[in-house]
Amino acid sequence: MFAALDSIWHVGLPFAQTDGFWLPGAATTDPAMDRVFYLILVICSLLFLLVVGLMTFFLVRYRRLPGRKAEKTATQNILLEATWTVIPVVIVGVIFYQGFVAYMRMQTAPPGCYDLRVSARQWAWQFIYPNGHIDDNLHVPAGEPVRLTMTSEDVIHGLWIPALRVKMDVVPGRYTSVWFRADKPGAYDLLCTEYCGDEHSSMLATVEVQTREDYDAWLKDAANYLKTLPPAEAGKLLYKRRGCAQCHSTDGTAGTGPSFLGIFGKSQKMADGRSVIIDDNYIRESILEPQAKIVAGYQPVMSTYKGLVSDDDITALIEFIKSLSKKSPLRAPTHSVDRGEGQGVGK
Amino acid sequence: MDMMVSSPTPPKSYLVDPPGLRSWLLTRDHKRIGLMFLAVISASLALGATFALLIRTELTFPGPTIVSTGHIYNRLFTLHGTIMIFLFIIPSMPASLGNFVLPLMLGAKDVAFPRLNLASLYLYVGGLIFFLLVLVLGGVDTGWTFYAPYSTSTAAPVVLAVVGVFILGFSSIFTGINFLVTIHTMRPPGMGWFRMPLFLWALYGTAIIQVLATPILAITLLLLAVERTVGIGIFDPALGGDPILFQHFFWFYSHPAVYIMILPAMGIVTEVICVFSRKHIFGYKFIAYSSLAIALIGFLVWGHHMFVSGQSPLVGMIFSALTFAVAIPSAIKVFNWLATMYKGSIGLAPPMCFSLMFIALFGIGGLTGLFLGSLVTNVHVHDTAFVVAHFHYTMAGGALMGFLAGLYYWWPKMTGRMYNLAQGQISAVLIFVGFNFTYFPQFIVGSRGMPRRYFDYTRLLDTHPEFTFYQILSTAGGFLFVGGLVMVAFVLLRSLFVGRKAPANPWGAATLEWQCSSPPPHENPPAPANVGDCYVFDDFCFDESAQGYVKVP
Repeated sequence: MFAALDSIWHVGLPFAQTDGFWLPGAATTDPAMDRVFYLILVICSLLFLLVVGLMTFFLVRYRRLPGRKAEKTATQNILLEATWTVIPVVIVGVIFYQGFVAYMRMQTAPPGCYDLRVSARQWAWQFIYPNGHIDDNLHVPAGEPVRLTMTSEDVIHGLWIPALRVKMDVVPGRYTSVWFRADKPGAYDLLCTEYCGDEHSSMLATVEVQTREDYDAWLKDAANYLKTLPPAEAGKLLYKRRGCAQCHSTDGTAGTGPSFLGIFGKSQKMADGRSVIIDDNYIRESILEPQAKIVAGYQPVMSTYKGLVSDDDITALIEFIKSLSKKSPLRAPTHSVDRGEGQGVGK
Repeated sequence: MDMMVSSPTPPKSYLVDPPGLRSWLLTRDHKRIGLMFLAVISASLALGATFALLIRTELTFPGPTIVSTGHIYNRLFTLHGTIMIFLFIIPSMPASLGNFVLPLMLGAKDVAFPRLNLASLYLYVGGLIFFLLVLVLGGVDTGWTFYAPYSTSTAAPVVLAVVGVFILGFSSIFTGINFLVTIHTMRPPGMGWFRMPLFLWALYGTAIIQVLATPILAITLLLLAVERTVGIGIFDPALGGDPILFQHFFWFYSHPAVYIMILPAMGIVTEVICVFSRKHIFGYKFIAYSSLAIALIGFLVWGHHMFVSGQSPLVGMIFSALTFAVAIPSAIKVFNWLATMYKGSIGLAPPMCFSLMFIALFGIGGLTGLFLGSLVTNVHVHDTAFVVAHFHYTMAGGALMGFLAGLYYWWPKMTGRMYNLAQGQISAVLIFVGFNFTYFPQFIVGSRGMPRRYFDYTRLLDTHPEFTFYQILSTAGGFLFVGGLVMVAFVLLRSLFVGRKAPANPWGAATLEWQCSSPPPHENPPAPANVGDCYVFDDFCFDESAQGYVKVP
């Protein structure tokens, strides 16, 4: 019986094209989902044509005409009822079985997966690599099974990689996981699919599928930037990789949070009416205790990075923000910067 | 002309007897309560549709179009969803059309608890006021699903919205209790369970869900409010709670609730197809029992909303199987409707147009449900525009079309006026074309990679440049769809002023509500001593002088 069921698997095959009309291009050579999708599409289309075809035929054939009356026909027929009960039961049974088998293949991670950790927060992805590097994009070696173990720092998020046909919610206070094998090197979309607030639609990342050698080289290099780069450039990387960029622009446009352009050293009006000079300590406080002083006109929505960034990270970020004010005519008074730097490093 | 009311001076209609505003506001007459429900529900539909157009306009082009931030957009889709579901679809058919028709169909004086019925209306208005308050205070941004811990941590006035839904829930429970008791105890002698019009079976199934499922939503939302106000950890993991628990509680109500929305529509379609095909219903018992089956199995499928929430694959498998089981009774109904049309004499007045549209659109909605019930495909399309398209095909293509079919069907009875049939048909065509242009493209973008609840899809365009084209189609369709709804309002309201007086039985139906004058008198006429088969139309002949059907003894 199962052999017969399995052969139905192939019905969807001729229609299954990765990067066809209905589904995006796949990064895996075995998108089990696609066959089931096209199998259901074929069944759906046939059933729809049957119902709407019959309806249209009756509508035309038995339209109300002068002088013609409705004919008396049987008002019930057990055989007919049984037919249109049993056939749909068999059809949905087949669909259920196919969907379940493919799902179990998708759920069951093979032994020896390459493990990565994922941490989601409003509104950024953080991919944590075995050597401790944290990146805002997901790099994976091609052809190897990869398992993501995920958790959220605030609300529920959802990780979706359409090209790999995987999706799983990322829930605070517990771990969920997905596994996949990406075969084709290239860049693919990764999206948040569980609604998570103001910048939900900005919570995107890229999946970089690389050959093993490229991946290893990238990881070695990526882990090092704080030591090898000047602080302002390291800060720029942190700004992009740790989720600052989703809310704070560097071109002066206001996002969910204020722009970083030209703010350093300036006096800013806060939501409670006070004025505060944006200096090293203010930035440090805003990273660690974001709700302490909110710039007027913005919502208190940022969550803390306490324990998630090192002192060196903060210093680098301050240097980066400072570098965005270098060309500003209203440059901060020198003494303020000096004082800030001394304490900002916190050593 | 009228068999039931043959006294020399026909009694005045319920619309003017007793007279005065006070008599309307304190009425216990189910007909007036139904009509007032219709008015407030239609206002809610207009509000919900306005938000729908704002959402569609925003999504037409990538990047900010008419609103500047996701902050505002998220409020738009939340208000659209909560208003459409809690203020429009759930009460739409039971509380307005059902309230008006149910006692008349039974030949009963009123529903079993007329005061409870009026309380239900005022609770609805109370809930509506809470929603207006939320609107004034800047709206909520949780989505209609109120998922924790987002809903327990956002700054928006979630508690107000939740209290509004809580109150609306009781309005729904009161209607359900009333219908259950009325159907059980007030059927006339001679009308056994299997002599009832099938619309009443549908309302009966609906009432079971309203009474059994709504309290779960009420307690869930109460827990949410308690967590927000006094910080007791139930759902938020930061307080020791479990956010998945919220989803189980929420969908334990909200999945059965979609059958509160669709069952009455199926009931209306059943009545309309028989009357306009001039045919006895085919497979009465199968349609009746399938209403009950949908109501009962509907309670056991909530987990299919949570296949990617982290629940175990075993639980997922069970819910997937049960989900496919609930598809069967719906399929049975559709085939029985088709068999009813076979060799009929099919007229295409507006109620029939909308019923046929129901079959086609709900067909697409139901069949695309197979993608969502199947585990592996669900994973890919979950939380995408594909799901948005699917549930709009079932809820708007199904429930709303059923509501409009019923509205066009019973309007002459409720108001005593006939509308222009051709104009009604044009409104149906506008809605059908607009609807498909709105939602079909969303299936395509959804399965290709467009998530739902996305304010801005600019960054998806690198890999999917085709999205903008589909979004433009969808928005254009949306305006046509709403244009069709405006036309429905125009056609019906116009009839109040220029429509000819409605005959007692304009469609030739055999159910009891058509055997009294249009509009009915204040006192419902009692059921005849011998209630016949309500699907035999042989005795009803079109009478030119009355412009309606009369019963030939």
